Amino acid sequence: MDMKRDYYEDVQLFTSGVVLFWFVVLLSLIAVLPFVVKNYYIYVANFVAINVIVAIGLNILVGYTGQISLGHAGFFAIGAYGTILLMTKLHFPFLLALPAAALVAALFGFLLGLPALRLEGPYLAIATLGFGLTITQVIGRIELFGGRQGLHTPELIIGSWHLNSDRDFYCLLMPLTILLALGARNLIKTKVGRAFIAIRDADIAAETMGVNLVFYKTLAFAVSAFYAGIAGGLYAFVLRYIEPEIFTLMMSIMFLAMVVVGGLGSIFGAIAGAALLSWLDLQLRNILDMPYIGDWLEALSKNYFSITGVSNIQFIVFGFIMILIMLFEPLGLYGIWIRTKKYWRMWPF
Amino acid sequence: MIVSGIAAGSTYALMGMAMVIIYKTSEVPNFAQGEMALATSFFTLMLLEQRGLPYHLAFPAAFLFAIGLGCLLEFAVLRRAKEPSVLGFIVITIGLEMILMGLVSWKFGADPKTMPFPISPYDSIAIGGVFISSLELLTLFVALVLMIILFIFFRFSKLGMAMKATQQNHTAARLMGIRTNRMLMLTWGISSLVGCTAGLLISPITMQPYMMWDPMLKGFAAAVMGGMTSLPGAVFGAYILGIIENLFGGYVSIEFKSVIAFIIIVLVLCIRPSGLFSRHYVKKV
Repeated sequence: MDMKRDYYEDVQLFTSGVVLFWFVVLLSLIAVLPFVVKNYYIYVANFVAINVIVAIGLNILVGYTGQISLGHAGFFAIGAYGTILLMTKLHFPFLLALPAAALVAALFGFLLGLPALRLEGPYLAIATLGFGLTITQVIGRIELFGGRQGLHTPELIIGSWHLNSDRDFYCLLMPLTILLALGARNLIKTKVGRAFIAIRDADIAAETMGVNLVFYKTLAFAVSAFYAGIAGGLYAFVLRYIEPEIFTLMMSIMFLAMVVVGGLGSIFGAIAGAALLSWLDLQLRNILDMPYIGDWLEALSKNYFSITGVSNIQFIVFGFIMILIMLFEPLGLYGIWIRTKKYWRMWPF
Repeated sequence: MIVSGIAAGSTYALMGMAMVIIYKTSEVPNFAQGEMALATSFFTLMLLEQRGLPYHLAFPAAFLFAIGLGCLLEFAVLRRAKEPSVLGFIVITIGLEMILMGLVSWKFGADPKTMPFPISPYDSIAIGGVFISSLELLTLFVALVLMIILFIFFRFSKLGMAMKATQQNHTAARLMGIRTNRMLMLTWGISSLVGCTAGLLISPITMQPYMMWDPMLKGFAAAVMGGMTSLPGAVFGAYILGIIENLFGGYVSIEFKSVIAFIIIVLVLCIRPSGLFSRHYVKKV
């Protein structure tokens, strides 16, 4: 259906006027949003945007390069702690501290990529998982990182702009998110991205074709860790307070779930999955206040289950989403989108 | 200290064996193993406390429940997977794990419970000048007995042979008249049973919805260290892990005790990517 005649046709950002139109609509919606909705929803949007950044980065690693990572909370934590420490201890400005911390995360990504060269499947899963747990444990025990008490974020000042409210932060975060998403999209269309995809499809074949496995696999880990590091640094300023207990294994699992639910190997999928799951995460935290089902669930909990454990319903919901997506639509939300598009193109035939 | 390391290792060994049994036959790294054991432990608690069953009825019921749960999960979920990849299996089992944990903690609440158990965890016996708690001794004993039973089962029984055949070559096993699907289901049942003994042996010490995380991950790590496809490897890895962990906790630093396990795993995997006890299969293009 879309035949590509030359390279530039393949790399262009907007394949048709329709795509450009919707992109502009989306951009203007994002731009207008802070002026029309309540403060809480700005917070939700910030939360979603940060998860989108991580999911895009993780998708480069999992979806495009075909490696598994259960340790992204570790990179996320490095980004968060790195940014705060660089700002408070070394008095870096924010715009310098954030990429610097993300580069530190990328360095750790490179280091984790080295053993990953020889591992695959469950072996890689346990190695990355161990990395994530180790980072959290080490951070929680060292005085410099605030120990178990955690750290407060310093005041956020860029030039003469004081970012005090969620609304101000939104104005910083959204352009960054869009920039990073476009960056990832362009990266995939370059030589590097093609090398990643070749490694995913068959690494030995890729090596025979002249793809340097050592370089590109570690690069994939580093890029993915860089994205997670940026997101972590930003996340610290959304919460305004960080402690080691935030960066758990559950967080790594949620990141992986976002990528898988959204759709492996697609930027759109990463965005959709991250948006859906992080929105659900915030909604399900106070599930009893939800209209209609809240009362019913409360009665159910009192009669058959226990009321103290009602917040665990969110795990059940996430578990079901993950399993159903894997069983019925392995391509995730992106796959559903493609199928719907195809169906309506030929409708009613 | 070595003794308590061995005791901790026994728990890891039970979990590790349970994971190896599943991975061997179906190549599924089962992250839900710990929560299957958790569900069984809480089921036992419910039988003992709310229904007031005596031990000799409650424990066999728990074992049956474990087997049933394992078979059910395989039949209802894993068998339905369309295009199985390792990542797909990891996501599915993590999903199962979240559902089971969510259900258990929704049902029983977040506060810790106490499990009535025939042996108190605080009793201890002196053997040759070394004090060992009788629960640890029981754990060690159960692990050893199960190891021997599993060994005999896979080596000599018809069912065990059929399972091994299923693992080695699915199509050939099917052609020989083995109902491979049923074998996979039974594998899950047996593995769930092995895992649930670990859960039941931990439950007198701690009984809360997160209790199986640590043993499951350590068991998984031990199995990976041993090579994921060999039962003796998993057992050996588990004991090494338990002993090193306790020695490190005793002599170097108690704070980083649980970290050292994963550092060892990564180091071992750097040198032998497929674990200590398994041959390295080179993938064909």
